[in-house]
Amino acid sequence: MTNDVLTGRVWRFDHDISTDLLSPGAYAVDPVEVRKQHVLESVNPEFVSAVSPGDVLVVGRNFGCGSSRETAAENLKALGIACVVAESLARIFMRNAIALGLPVVVCPGVHDSFAEGDTIEIDLASGRIVNVDSGVQLQGDSLPREMREILAAGGILAVLKEQAGG
Amino acid sequence: MGMTHSEKILAAASGRQEVSAGEFVVADIDLALLHDIFAAQVFDLLQEVGVDGVFDPDKTVVVIDHLVPAPSAAAAAVHQKIRSHVARLGINAFYDAGEGICHQLLPEQGHVRPGMLIVGTDSHTTTHGALGAGGTGIGTSDMVYALATGRLWFRVPETIRFELTGDLQPGVSWKDVILYLGGRFGSDAAQYRAMEFGGPAVRTADMSSRLTVANMAVEMGAKFGLFAADEVTDAYLTEHGGTGAAAFGPDPDAQYVAVHEISLSELPPQVALPNEVDRVGSIEDVEGLAINQAFIGSCTNGRIEDLQAAAEVLSGKHIAPGVRLLVVPASRQILQEALKTGVLATLVDAGASVLTPGCGPCFGGHGGLLGPGERCIGTHNRNFIGRMGSADAEIYLGSPATVAASALRGRLTDPRQLEADND
Repeated sequence: MTNDVLTGRVWRFDHDISTDLLSPGAYAVDPVEVRKQHVLESVNPEFVSAVSPGDVLVVGRNFGCGSSRETAAENLKALGIACVVAESLARIFMRNAIALGLPVVVCPGVHDSFAEGDTIEIDLASGRIVNVDSGVQLQGDSLPREMREILAAGGILAVLKEQAGG
Repeated sequence: MGMTHSEKILAAASGRQEVSAGEFVVADIDLALLHDIFAAQVFDLLQEVGVDGVFDPDKTVVVIDHLVPAPSAAAAAVHQKIRSHVARLGINAFYDAGEGICHQLLPEQGHVRPGMLIVGTDSHTTTHGALGAGGTGIGTSDMVYALATGRLWFRVPETIRFELTGDLQPGVSWKDVILYLGGRFGSDAAQYRAMEFGGPAVRTADMSSRLTVANMAVEMGAKFGLFAADEVTDAYLTEHGGTGAAAFGPDPDAQYVAVHEISLSELPPQVALPNEVDRVGSIEDVEGLAINQAFIGSCTNGRIEDLQAAAEVLSGKHIAPGVRLLVVPASRQILQEALKTGVLATLVDAGASVLTPGCGPCFGGHGGLLGPGERCIGTHNRNFIGRMGSADAEIYLGSPATVAASALRGRLTDPRQLEADND
């Protein structure tokens, strides 16, 4: 992690956003350039064309539920999403995001504290979340040390390379 | 202090006397499972990071099950790549296209033992909890790490225990039970947690039913969905793999975050309504809605017992005009048994199309997708928007009996209603 505090524009999605929505099965074995064009198209067809690198997802409960497909997290990373801030994350999605080096924060109350287009400030080390527009501050869960180390290395494969080299 | 089932598994796998919920451990992997959606990518990545082999070719199982038979030249090319990697790495437990779905093959072909720690590039790896193994889904990067080192980090999960009592009514199955639990407790009730299924009702549940329940534990967010290994497990493992198994399960004084006692005696058939697995109601609430497709298959409910349940409903009858019934046995062995026992003839005579053992329609890959405005009821595990094709299609989930009854009538139907009509 090069930057512990991130600021970005918010895209807001509701509860139970599944991996089928993040990475539809029909494009399962297509390259990431194709897969990323279909992210969340069933719930917001404008998202892919309007999202910019550095944007942040603010989402409801159980984000990333469903399949183990890492492409769900990889597609978001490929679109330049800087962080996912969620009421709660599905277990495998969370694992995959960490493994790929995509920062995630679990922060109860976040979904109702942001509107689409708001600016969010995220302190990854402490889990503190600020809505820059409304001034609302929230305290998210700070990630366990084990997960932060993998994120800091840039993902689990970077850890593997370090171990193999060292 | 006593340990839960998952604490015992993770303690053994990390070489510790005792672990407790909340701890992080680095655990040895007993079995790594890969299927065709991810295997080529995992093996490519392994080579890219400079690792020439897998930690143990005998603890690695590769199955081509999602894109079978290959629906495109691109899928066929992926399969070619997998076959060459498998040969290069010396992996013997390789099941090529048509052998079946990975979560059926693992228990059926004797790869699973109680107490094992199993990781798979598939969320439904929880299925193997039916045999008392800690099975859980991971992504491709974690799998590369696991194959390279034979180890992976885990957070020891808290456990929710379900004490199930009572006898199921005729026409009600364990699919109805797990749908009910999902509906009552929600799709994130077991997030970062394990689920244990116990109680008198569980002791009489056959292995097929236990596999159905453990399979869908992940639909409540669970890391593991565990049944203690008992006489049913011992008998199943004696038949599949040759050696039985000793009892394995939680300590009596294990600590749980919650224990739910639930009687199953009054449970009616359940259905998950579009578009969430935890949006569940009784079949009575939705009876009469017209359907276009009915699907019997998947790692949840594609076993011989499931095909038999459907055949009982459809025997000597024919599905309604305008309905497509897809039957996908979960493995070649099941297909053979269905052939020998006449179950397949009953289903085909009733108007079913039989597909190659595999995952196709369940994950919306190919082979029976839905058009806009269509409605399907299936025995599978997910009904998310767009899961089976069009985002404007509706997917209901139910038991094999409910799906077969619905195919027969052409509308969502309570299987107990058919029995009542026959009286």
